[in-house]
Amino acid sequence: MALHGITRADMAAVNLPRRKAVNRLMEGLTWLAAIVGVALLVIIVWSVARRAWGALNLDLFTKDQVLFAIGPVHQGLRNAFVGSLVLVGLATAMALPVGILIAIYLTEYARPWIRSSVSLVLDVLNGIPAIVVAIFVFGLFVVGHGQSGYAGAFALACLMLPLVARSVMEVLLLVPSSLREASLGLGVPRWRTVLAIVLPQAMGGIITGAVLAIARIAGETAPLLFTSSIVGTQISWDASHALQSIPVAIFELSESPDPADHSRAWAGAFVLLMFILLLSLSARWLAARSRRRISTSR
Amino acid sequence: MSTIETSVRVQTTREPLPPRDRLERVFGVENLDAIYGSKPAVKGVTMDIYKNLVTAIIGPSGCGKSTYIRCLNRMNDLIPGFTQTGTIRYHGQDITGGDVDPVAVRRHIGMVFQRPNPFPKSVYDNVAWGAKVLGMKKDMDERVERALTQAALWDEVKDRLKSSALALSGGQQQRLCIARAIAVEPDVVLMDEPASALDPIATQAIEQLMHDLKSEYTFVIVTHNMQQAARVADMTAFFSISKGSEGRRWGELVEYDATEKIFTAPSDKRTEDYVTGRFG
Repeated sequence: MALHGITRADMAAVNLPRRKAVNRLMEGLTWLAAIVGVALLVIIVWSVARRAWGALNLDLFTKDQVLFAIGPVHQGLRNAFVGSLVLVGLATAMALPVGILIAIYLTEYARPWIRSSVSLVLDVLNGIPAIVVAIFVFGLFVVGHGQSGYAGAFALACLMLPLVARSVMEVLLLVPSSLREASLGLGVPRWRTVLAIVLPQAMGGIITGAVLAIARIAGETAPLLFTSSIVGTQISWDASHALQSIPVAIFELSESPDPADHSRAWAGAFVLLMFILLLSLSARWLAARSRRRISTSR
Repeated sequence: MSTIETSVRVQTTREPLPPRDRLERVFGVENLDAIYGSKPAVKGVTMDIYKNLVTAIIGPSGCGKSTYIRCLNRMNDLIPGFTQTGTIRYHGQDITGGDVDPVAVRRHIGMVFQRPNPFPKSVYDNVAWGAKVLGMKKDMDERVERALTQAALWDEVKDRLKSSALALSGGQQQRLCIARAIAVEPDVVLMDEPASALDPIATQAIEQLMHDLKSEYTFVIVTHNMQQAARVADMTAFFSISKGSEGRRWGELVEYDATEKIFTAPSDKRTEDYVTGRFG
């Protein structure tokens, strides 16, 4: 008997139980993979937090490191936090304006073939291992001049630049061209259109990109080991000398024979982790907000 | 064929056109070719556009109407790979050359686009911003009110000037875009299918304001709606698609005359087919 060309034999599919079983198995596997991803983060946060617990106190933020401490001494990582703040701040100050300018040039002015080839260059730059950037900056600035916060910040900026340029480019491309045309059609010059119409519209996305890039470089260790790691233990804001930083401090403390140093390394790792988590979450929130704004204006 | 069974029967309030040699020319377009990459969009357009008239450009999709109107204020400069040849004289001055500042051209020749595109600013700022940037800072409130009144929008928005323009309806947004364009006191307003995304009532409002404002401005309107051209335009240009060898297609100007003539006694068979609905 044929039902609309489908025979009863078609309906009573061969091996239906087996197919159902395979389907369930594959579905289960994908589900499991998702669980693994989430579990990885939970385990990392939990194990870091557990080991950091003993050293998570006010001293961590109010006291500096003490070199060759004998016996129980009140010490913390304040100098590393301050150093990281200065290094990341300087790197952001270097990479952010240049990255935004690159993105503006590529989206608003460049011919299509220049845009695509420079985008490719940025992607390649993005893929350069941090250690390679570290050696490059080491050879450029550190050899003959010694380590400094500026060298470290420059190395971090090298890593940050392609991230910023690419993400800002993406948001600028999201700004509808009808808005640019509206402004240009009034006889408003191009630079004024970019400044007054395009950039404000993309501001949320630009901040998101910047925040994600900051989160990304805040934990970079290799560039700083080469450029800003031979440090004293006093707190310092002066980037003309090498500055301590959280990732380098974690690395050094973990090599110490003193268990108290280990737990401080975990505490530093925990603070870094929370900082990055917080930045990522706020970036997501900002991105969602700016997407809403762009979509309401078409 | 001696009589044309026209499918377009509309009432207009047009006065009869004075003879052409008494009209002042705003644009003198000569032998214009507009090319995207290696693909010509329009070829060989020669037409004069006259002051204080509404000139409509009609024709099927893909005939290059929009491309053509965007040549008139150098809007195509923004499109990569676009080139054009021929001359466009604006009050006698060629505006196609590389030494002409497109920003200055657009300053005098405003544009209203197919989709309403207000800035994500308040109603007031949408109208005021362009004028402010271009240095017309005096008596801004009066300027905004005048532009909004001319665009037949003032009564609807006078109590919500500070609220976002994005909250307005589509028809109101489009009239706001017209107010924004005329607030900077252009000489010509180009309209690229300004009513295609609007309902009939909003469309009527826009046609009415073109009629009311043409004593002050020169309008060029692209439309795919023949009734609209018949209602608002003094002069109508019909563009069509020509097919060459190897499947090449481009748009060209078929006929340009008084609207009355185009719709009742066109001299070209293709125009007749199009306006009577026998096209394609």
